[in-house]
Amino acid sequence: MGELRVNGVEIEDTYAEAFKMRAARAVVTAETSAWALTAGMVASGYATSVIGCDAEAGIEAELAPDETPDGRPGVSLLFFGFSKEALGKALVNRLGQCVMTCPTTACFNALAIGDETVKVGGQLRFFGDGYQSSKKLGERRYWRIPVMDGEFLCEETFGVQRAVAGGNFLLLGVDQASTLVAAEAAVAAIRRTRGVILPFPGGVVRSGSKVGSRYKALRASTNDAYCPTITALTRTALPEGVNAVYEIVIDGLDLPAVETAMRVGLRAACRPGVVRISAGNYGGKLGQYQVHLHRVLAGP
Amino acid sequence: MISLRPKQSFAIPLEAETISPDAFAGNPLSHIERLPVVQGNAEATLGDFFFVEGDAGDVIRLEGDFSRVKYIGKAMTRGRVEIQGDAGMHLGAEMRGGEIVVHGNAGDWVGAEMRGGLLRVTGNAGHLVGGAYRGSEKGMRGGSILVGGSVGNETGCAMRRGVIAVTGSAGDLTGVMMLAGTICVFGSLGIRTGAGMKRGTIIALAGDGGPPPLLSTFRFDCAYRPVWVSVYLRQLRQWGVSVPGVGMRGLYRRYSGDLVELGKGEILIWTSP
Repeated sequence: MGELRVNGVEIEDTYAEAFKMRAARAVVTAETSAWALTAGMVASGYATSVIGCDAEAGIEAELAPDETPDGRPGVSLLFFGFSKEALGKALVNRLGQCVMTCPTTACFNALAIGDETVKVGGQLRFFGDGYQSSKKLGERRYWRIPVMDGEFLCEETFGVQRAVAGGNFLLLGVDQASTLVAAEAAVAAIRRTRGVILPFPGGVVRSGSKVGSRYKALRASTNDAYCPTITALTRTALPEGVNAVYEIVIDGLDLPAVETAMRVGLRAACRPGVVRISAGNYGGKLGQYQVHLHRVLAGP
Repeated sequence: MISLRPKQSFAIPLEAETISPDAFAGNPLSHIERLPVVQGNAEATLGDFFFVEGDAGDVIRLEGDFSRVKYIGKAMTRGRVEIQGDAGMHLGAEMRGGEIVVHGNAGDWVGAEMRGGLLRVTGNAGHLVGGAYRGSEKGMRGGSILVGGSVGNETGCAMRRGVIAVTGSAGDLTGVMMLAGTICVFGSLGIRTGAGMKRGTIIALAGDGGPPPLLSTFRFDCAYRPVWVSVYLRQLRQWGVSVPGVGMRGLYRRYSGDLVELGKGEILIWTSP
C-alpha cells in the first residue's frame, strides 16, 4: 500500500500484533451508579497487563437500570487471562475482595454459558460459613451470601470465551500535551464501542514495552526505540520532531470488536500535534492476530 | 397443530395422560384417535370422547370444557398445550419441559411433582399446586407455575426447586414442608404458611400493611432489600405476570423458619416504601 494520511497524520503501514486470550464479562450492580462504578474501578484495578498482573481488566460500559438483571444501575466489566484457570482464579479473587466487600453490590455473569465456564459465586459462597443459600432461576444459580448490609448476590457460574488482547496503536506527537489530547480523544471514541476495554490507566500507556531485557530476571523492558529522551543512544523509531509517544492498548471479546475499536480510535486520534501513528508488533512471531492499520482504516 | 374438542359432556372424569405433545408428535390423526384413556374403570380411546383435527405437531389446542379431564400434559417434555377453557386435576403433573397454558381455571395438583417447563393458568387453580403426592418426599423439582387467579391450600407442598407465582390469594399451608424453591403470592395468605419448611422462600407481596398470620416458629430477622427478589420479579414480568412496580422498591421483612425443622427457610413480607 502507498502512503496513507488522515487529517495530515501519517499512518504507518504496519500492524498491531494481538494475542489469543480467554475473557469473562461481569455485570456489577449497586444501589447507586456511584457505588457500582466504585466496585467496577476497584475490581478492575491493577489489571493492566498479564506481564505483571493476574489478569487484564477494565470497565466496558456503565449500565442504566433497565440494562441490568436486578434493575439497578451497574457497570459491565471485562476480564482477560491467558487460560480459563488463570482467569477463574483472578475473577474469584477480584470479585471476592473488591465487589463483595463494596456496599450494596451484586454480581452477574454476562456471557453465554458455553463449553468453558468458571465457578465464581460457587467459590465465594463459602464465605457464608454455612449461612449461604442459593436460588436457581432457569439454568442460572445465584448464591446469597449474608453480609453486614444484607446479602451479597453472586451468580454461581461465569461463561468464558476466546478473546483477543493486545490490539494497539502508537501516537507519535510533537509534544506531550498535544499527543495526550489526541490519546484522550481516541479513548473517548473507543469507550463508546462495546466488547472492548482499555486496561491501562485512563486507557493510555506511556511505558510501552519490548520483549526481554538486559536484566535476566525481567521479561519485558522499556521500548527504547520509542523513548524520545534516548534517541541519540538507541536505534530510534521516532522521526525528527517527535517528542512524546503514547500507546492505546485494546482488549476485546473478538477480533471484529478490536478492529472496530482501533478504527474509531485511530480516526479520533488524527489531530494536530500528531505526526505519525504506528503500532506495536513483534515481527509477527508472538501474536496470533495481526491488525493492519491501513486495512482497519479502510473499514466502514 | 392438533385440536381436540369434546363430543359431549361427561360426568365421570377421564384420565387422559396421552394428551401430550410427546404422544401426539409425528403421528397421524387415526393413531391419535386410538390413544388410550380411562374413564372410571373402563378403557377407551381419545376418539371416543373428542373430535381430533389438524396436523401432527408439537402444539395441541384443547377447546371446550376439559375440567373433567385429568393428567393433561402429564410428564410432557416438549411442545405446547393450549387450553381454551377449564382443565381438570393433575394438569402437567411430572412435566419436564414445554409449556401449558390454560385460559381458564384448573383443578387440584396442577404441576404436581413437575421437573421443568412452564405452566400458566390464567384463572384460579385448586389445592396442592406444584405439590408432592401423598407419600412422596418431594413436590415440584423444577420449572415454573404461574397462576393468574387464586390457589387453594398446600401450594408448593414439599417443593424442592422452581418457582410458583400466584397473582391472587393463596389458601392455608402455603409452602408446607417446603424443601427449597420460591413461592410468590401477590394476594393474601392463609394460616400456617411455611409450616415445616426446611429451606426455600415464600414471598408475600400483598403489602397491605399487616403481616400474614405466621406460626410462632418463624423468627424475625431484619427488614432489608433482597436483590435476588428483583431478579425474580423481573423474570416474572418477562413471563407476562403483572408485577406491581412497587414490589421492586421498598423493604422486605425477613422471617426465618420453620424452627421446628431446619429453620433455613424464609418468609419475606414486602412492606410499602
